[in-house]
Amino acid sequence: MLKASNKTGLVFFPAFDWAIDPTHPEREERLLYTQDQVVEEGIFDIQGIIEYKPELVTARDIQRTHFCVPDEKSMTTESHFISAGGAIAIANAVMNKEVKNGFALVRPPGHHSMRVTHGGRGFCHINIEAIMVEYIRSQFGVKKIAIIDTDCHHGDGTSDIFWHDPDVLFISLHQDGRTMYPGTGFPDELGGPNSKGSNLNIPLPPGTSTEGYLYVIRNCILPILAEFKPDIIVNSAGQDNHYTDPLTNMNFSAQGYAKLTDLLKPDIAVLEGGYAIEGALPYVNLGIILAMAGIDYSGVVEPDYNPEKLKQSVSITDKIKKTTDQINDYWQQRNGFREKSGKPGELVIRHKEVFYDTDNIFERQKETIRICRDCGGSFEIDSKATPGHHILGVHIPINACKNCREKGYDFFEEADKTKYERIYLQDRPKNHYEIK
Amino acid sequence: MIIGLDVGGTHTDAVLLSSKGIEKKVKVPTDPSNLFNSVLSGFTELLATIDPGMIKRVVISTTLTTNALVHQDMGPIGMIVSAGPGINPDFFKTCDHYYSVAGSINHRGREKAPINKMEIEDIAKKLKKAGVKYIGVVSKFCVRNPSHEILIKRILNKHFKKIFLGHHVSGNLNFPRRIATTHLNAAVFDLHKAFFQAVKKSLIEKGLTIPIQILKADGGTMTLESSMDFPGQTVLSGPAASIMGAIPHAPANQDVIVLDIGGTTTDIAFLVDKAPLLEPVGIKRGRYKSLIRSLRTDSKGIGGDSTLRVNQGELFIGPDRQGPAMAFGGPAPTPTDALVVLGVMDEGDKDKARSGIHEIAKQLALSDTDAAEQIFKKCCSVILKKTFEMVDQLNSQPVYTVHDFLEGYKLSPQKILVLGGPAKFFAKKIEELYQIETMAVPESSVANAIGAALARTTCEVSLNADTEQGIMTAHEEGFAEPISKTYSEDDLIETAYSLLREKALNSGADTENLDEVEVIEFQKFNIVRNFSPRGKIYRTKIQLKPGLIKGFETVLH
Ligand SMILES: [Zn+2]
Ligand SMILES: [Zn+2]
Ligand SMILES: [Zn+2]
Repeated sequence: MLKASNKTGLVFFPAFDWAIDPTHPEREERLLYTQDQVVEEGIFDIQGIIEYKPELVTARDIQRTHFCVPDEKSMTTESHFISAGGAIAIANAVMNKEVKNGFALVRPPGHHSMRVTHGGRGFCHINIEAIMVEYIRSQFGVKKIAIIDTDCHHGDGTSDIFWHDPDVLFISLHQDGRTMYPGTGFPDELGGPNSKGSNLNIPLPPGTSTEGYLYVIRNCILPILAEFKPDIIVNSAGQDNHYTDPLTNMNFSAQGYAKLTDLLKPDIAVLEGGYAIEGALPYVNLGIILAMAGIDYSGVVEPDYNPEKLKQSVSITDKIKKTTDQINDYWQQRNGFREKSGKPGELVIRHKEVFYDTDNIFERQKETIRICRDCGGSFEIDSKATPGHHILGVHIPINACKNCREKGYDFFEEADKTKYERIYLQDRPKNHYEIK
Repeated sequence: MIIGLDVGGTHTDAVLLSSKGIEKKVKVPTDPSNLFNSVLSGFTELLATIDPGMIKRVVISTTLTTNALVHQDMGPIGMIVSAGPGINPDFFKTCDHYYSVAGSINHRGREKAPINKMEIEDIAKKLKKAGVKYIGVVSKFCVRNPSHEILIKRILNKHFKKIFLGHHVSGNLNFPRRIATTHLNAAVFDLHKAFFQAVKKSLIEKGLTIPIQILKADGGTMTLESSMDFPGQTVLSGPAASIMGAIPHAPANQDVIVLDIGGTTTDIAFLVDKAPLLEPVGIKRGRYKSLIRSLRTDSKGIGGDSTLRVNQGELFIGPDRQGPAMAFGGPAPTPTDALVVLGVMDEGDKDKARSGIHEIAKQLALSDTDAAEQIFKKCCSVILKKTFEMVDQLNSQPVYTVHDFLEGYKLSPQKILVLGGPAKFFAKKIEELYQIETMAVPESSVANAIGAALARTTCEVSLNADTEQGIMTAHEEGFAEPISKTYSEDDLIETAYSLLREKALNSGADTENLDEVEVIEFQKFNIVRNFSPRGKIYRTKIQLKPGLIKGFETVLH
């Protein structure tokens, strides 16, 4: 009799009637073969695996995370509300201890979606993990969260959202940005002045195989997690590292994904990318589910899997070792970096440009943050999109100190109403959102 | 005239119906060690004064396979499964002679690894040596491509009496359930065949020569001949018989709860516009999970003969039964005794009932009447609580499209139909307590036999088309045909209808009861590779809904 040794929650929402457009990789049939495999394996009959129905998020849930320009409705379809709601359904099941861990197999994905969102980027409109993380923090008072993004693309949206947050450790491993969309995610991108080192990027050379991925998990991510001691671990479980993925150049496998999950032991996994819908996703998803549930996954092997052909070269192995050494070094220096980034009370300005490839929008940002040693620091973002709107967003972090809370209101009150179409206030301590 | 006969756990009920209504009803005790005798004595009594030539239809429902499943009295069966990548198939082991073999088919139905003929030959030798006569063969994704099962059967054919193939069981995916279901069919085949051949023979001797129909777990019927390939489908047809018997009294266009209150348990089911809800995948009872189509029923261990107890001032009802109510000579107080004490029920020995209830009342520090009232109310509330938990569960079932998520059907029952011995007492009380229209089904004690008599033939067809591969298939029906690039949704539905019609007629449906067809699933996907469309996948599932044959319903009012 088959029984899960970990009670595992699953949300399966393949959105069989939703696509970005008919031939887009992010389209109706993406999870069809995964569903076939999972149903044929009898996954939902296994004792200890519980299927949940997605919830439906509201604009309020999105407002904890995003400044949607001009508003949430114009940025999303129902499918986004259900996809984010799928992640939240799993979060509820895990946080209420109905299950030990959970996996939201939902679409559309979200990890390229940033705090300010003027449209679609990399198939994403709103960031479903970030919405879930902010929900967990507001609803359950959890302080420290680690997000490990194992999608093959840099999780630049999630990185942006938690850039200034010392309580959220965000680690992305991905194919080197010099060879892959979105072209960011280099080791020296480490987070904002108050949170340096809580944003870690591990670019991997094209051709990295299972060996390389597991090396990074064992020698970099697990030790860092052990030091950070998160209350929960979230895995942005993109599946586009697979050796058959049409959009990437990596050599990861279903066995590798299962092993990675087994090592990482995420409390919550959320599906991100992965576009080898026939040859990879059915096996990778099955492997992840079994690994989470603590069931033997050794039989989950792609029919054409040949580990000899997928072996990585010695030079790739060397490069990966160098990168992880560097990341470990940065992680150890994080407190020193924060000390050197400025005096408390000072304002630091950063300029940033964002391109929305899905919707063809160009955005320029000017961000001003208060240096603080007691919290992540309040900040304002002046954002102008072409074509689009010119807005100002003010964010007060959830664990803000008194000074930063006051500074946040100063930003909001002093903002020049003639300059911006809209001025947004995201007051996380009060769970309050306001537009003027 | 038509006959329905239902062999239940304690009674065998039979009715004779004509266009004027119930002509005759019979109740004989069931002898669990000799079900054949129970069936026979039912027929003997029913036909005593009737010309068998007037009988146009006979439907039988028995607990034969259910008992076999419960008591595990099945002959040695050989199982050969071919899994390919995925969960280790040894987890789904059904019996001692269980072999997992080479070969792999993927989710699109493409062969990924071949069958090893030598391996199968070797297993055949071992099975023969072990005296195995019946074999089940199941390959993963056989519903997409059954060629491996067919090949294995071809190798085994000369050695064994009968071979059951997984893809004949159902068009649904679920490898572990398909293994369990194929095994069940093989395991009860001998028993089923011997039993019904004996029944058929003795009915012919009585002059009844029309084809015999057998009730299935989904509340539909099939002919005796077609049951030989799927004897497992008769498992748990008992609850189905009763629920079908409630349908004549259900209003159209409404959601209705059906409660069948028996001695030990209460079965709960739902009707939507006079059609019973079905299990989405197949029968599930505890650990046993199958692909057998079945009505969606659940049961709660509470009934008229449930044992009453008080523990630390709290009243407990069931789930065990020690015997009949004390009012009828039983050993322990029961809800039926409470009904007698309250004067709600006239039958039974009042003094004995009161003495039982008095023991309970003392422990609850209540008067006998107050205690009886509390027992009665608690029975109603336990049953209704379970019922509404089921409604919530049905309404929170996962769905896979945005449309179904936002606009999916929500069950909201407006009426309750109650069956079983104490139906009329309970109906009144439930209505009083819950303000929901509640009615005891007339002739409730033989509603099961009426349900069997009136159940129409049901069946289901799954048809898939893949324009990239240029083929449409309904492997369960042994159907596969090439299609062109211009193949459309309409073509698919048309083919599905004609396959369903053919299947229904082969299973004994008559032409005037073929119109209640329903598309239960339809999906359409573009196959895109490298940003260009390569074809379409269509999937549909249609069914002949469970329901009643025409011409008898109104006479039962
Ligand atoms: Zn990543
Ligand atoms: Zn990706
Ligand atoms: Zn601060």
